[in-house]
Amino acid sequence: MVASYVPLSYYLLLSGFLFACGVVGFLIKRNIITIFMSIELMLNGVNLSFVAFAAHWHALAGQVFVFFVMVVAAAEAAVGLAIIIAVYRTRETLNVDQVNLLKL
Amino acid sequence: MNPNLNLWLIPVLPLAGAAINGFLGKKSSREGVTTVALLFSGASFAMALWIAAQFSSLSLPYHEFVAHWIRSGSFSADFAVYLDQLSLVMLLVVTGVGFLIHIYSVGYMWDDPSYYRFFSYLNLFMFFMLTLVLADNYLLMFIGWEGVGLASYLLIGFWFTKDSAASAGKKAFIVNRIGDFGFLIALFLLIKHFGSLNFDQVFRSVSPLGVETASAGLLTAIGILLMVGACGKSAQIPLYVWLPDAMEGPTPVSALIHAATMVTAGVYMVSRSHVIFERAPMALMVVAVLGTLTAFFAATIGIAQTDIKKVLAYSTISQLGYMFMACGVGAFSAGIFHLMTHAFFKGLLFLGAGSVIHAVGGEQDMRKMGGLRSYIPLTFLTMSIATFTIAGFPPLAGFFSKDEILWKVFSSEHGSWIFWLIGVVTAFITSFYMFRLWFMTFFGDYRGAQVDSHGHSSHGQDSHEHGEPHESPVVMLVPLAILAVLSIVGGLVGIGNRFDNFLAPVFGNTPLQPAQSVPESGHMELYLTMVSVAAAFLGFYFAYLLYHKRQDLPQKIADALGGFYEAVVHKYYIDEFYAALFVRPLIDGSTRILWQDVDRKIIDAAVNDSGDGARQVSEEVRQMQSGNIRSYAGWIAAGSAAVIAFMIWMGVGR
Repeated sequence: MVASYVPLSYYLLLSGFLFACGVVGFLIKRNIITIFMSIELMLNGVNLSFVAFAAHWHALAGQVFVFFVMVVAAAEAAVGLAIIIAVYRTRETLNVDQVNLLKL
Repeated sequence: MNPNLNLWLIPVLPLAGAAINGFLGKKSSREGVTTVALLFSGASFAMALWIAAQFSSLSLPYHEFVAHWIRSGSFSADFAVYLDQLSLVMLLVVTGVGFLIHIYSVGYMWDDPSYYRFFSYLNLFMFFMLTLVLADNYLLMFIGWEGVGLASYLLIGFWFTKDSAASAGKKAFIVNRIGDFGFLIALFLLIKHFGSLNFDQVFRSVSPLGVETASAGLLTAIGILLMVGACGKSAQIPLYVWLPDAMEGPTPVSALIHAATMVTAGVYMVSRSHVIFERAPMALMVVAVLGTLTAFFAATIGIAQTDIKKVLAYSTISQLGYMFMACGVGAFSAGIFHLMTHAFFKGLLFLGAGSVIHAVGGEQDMRKMGGLRSYIPLTFLTMSIATFTIAGFPPLAGFFSKDEILWKVFSSEHGSWIFWLIGVVTAFITSFYMFRLWFMTFFGDYRGAQVDSHGHSSHGQDSHEHGEPHESPVVMLVPLAILAVLSIVGGLVGIGNRFDNFLAPVFGNTPLQPAQSVPESGHMELYLTMVSVAAAFLGFYFAYLLYHKRQDLPQKIADALGGFYEAVVHKYYIDEFYAALFVRPLIDGSTRILWQDVDRKIIDAAVNDSGDGARQVSEEVRQMQSGNIRSYAGWIAAGSAAVIAFMIWMGVGR
């Protein structure tokens, strides 16, 4: 019965890959929208590991967490996109290197 | 069952007076302040008299619960009043003499700019003193004890703009703290071993205990520690040094606090604790020896003083020594008797001295007085009565009480002829220096300045023009007269052991009985009385000889004695000795070690350095806040990586 399933480690490797893609994208991209998408990628990488573990251990908690994360991510997307629009309206750019006023 | 006497009103009335004058006195007139002060202290006195009038119908000791105070486990201390014969005597002395001195102060302090403040303090003192006297447990007594110390501090430093007065106040306060330390430790011991500070309970627990004859034990320790407290408040060796300096205060204060009432608190406390002392012969011996030494040494210092108030201050210390001498041989009632007569005649002496100082415009140096007899006849008359009383001339009050002490010291089983001998010599010295004061002040020619530009040492005592010395106003003379009468007749209550018997329920049914070892004690007592009277006359004669008849002699004697005379004039250099032994090391240690080293080099340095360090670190760290989101993300990623690496390395979760 075990053999017919995809092993856990495959899920985790994919999850780690997605997360790493998110981190790298966050670090090297300049466009705020892209950065935002990188964040979503990281969240979903984590989500994948949650459901994988939940299936593996037959525990529901992981599934529940995933719903939480998705809800929070949706809320975050709403607020984040609103902020991005506001930034674009005032500064006419989406380059984060030019959004650097918050410093000493 | 006793009726409710509402005794708590007696201390609270002066407190109300103090509050009214203290808060509202500045705005009101002198007449208003006078009315309030006299009304409240007088009401307190009237109430004490009312209590005394129905005293015989009370079942004693009378208890009165006022309010809960401290309840902690099985320990409790309440605001409660305790009245027995001993408290009654103290009550009458404190309220009576206190009220008279209030009246006197009206005249003495009239021209002082802080008139209202003076009466507020004076009423406050009355409150605390009455709390001390009426307390029903040691803790409440201690509140009064500390409170009178506070009032004493405030009043010694009343003219606080004068440096010497301010430091005299501090000295009195600090020296008293040393004594209070002993008192407190005694209270802790009482709580630890008897679980209570209530007089009744403590004495009930102590009573079954045996006399600690063979070895010194708990009761001896408590007794000696209580005596340490008494030494501070009642100015006994080695803590007497504050009292002479306390004369910086206004003269009515010297009379009330530093002669008649507060300084006798120690005698009252020791007498109140007689149950403890009677079971600790060694503690009694300490009391007796300290009292005797103090009586003698203070008297010898008194000989060479030239400041009229300083002479009286040393005389007070010496007389307090007598009281402790009596307590130390177990003759507590004799001590209390002397306490009472002393309050009359010493109060009178100080008030008389105040009247003299008033007359000569603030001068206190007896060498600049003289011949005042004709200028201030009424003061002279009352002062003479007081002088003869303290010297022990029969049948004045001082004779009875002092003689009672000397007899008890000789005959009691704790007594000894050595104490008696020193006592008689002290009586002679007392007589001598008091008549020296008398002759120097009132006889001969007036040596003071006639000018009115008198350099008031204490500002504002009286600002009107001075020419000739002049008599004091009536308001000052009336208290003098009343106290003079009391000084004359006050001793009569002691005739036939009546005073003894009155106090017997307090001190009675105790293991102490007068020793029967002296045969034909009646005759013996008579002889001893004759000796002490002779000592008084001898003192008078010598003073007459040296300070009236042959006024060149004192200087010659002083020259002949040389160094010893110098030592006496400088009070045996005790102040200098204490300064070198305690004060200077303390100041030096505080300055060099605690201030320069500990405070500046360690505490301040730690604070400053950590402040500087924080600023330097943040100078570097602020560079991280660049405003570049991706650098922030990089730091977060690096930090997370570090945390994860650490967790893997530590094996968390395995």
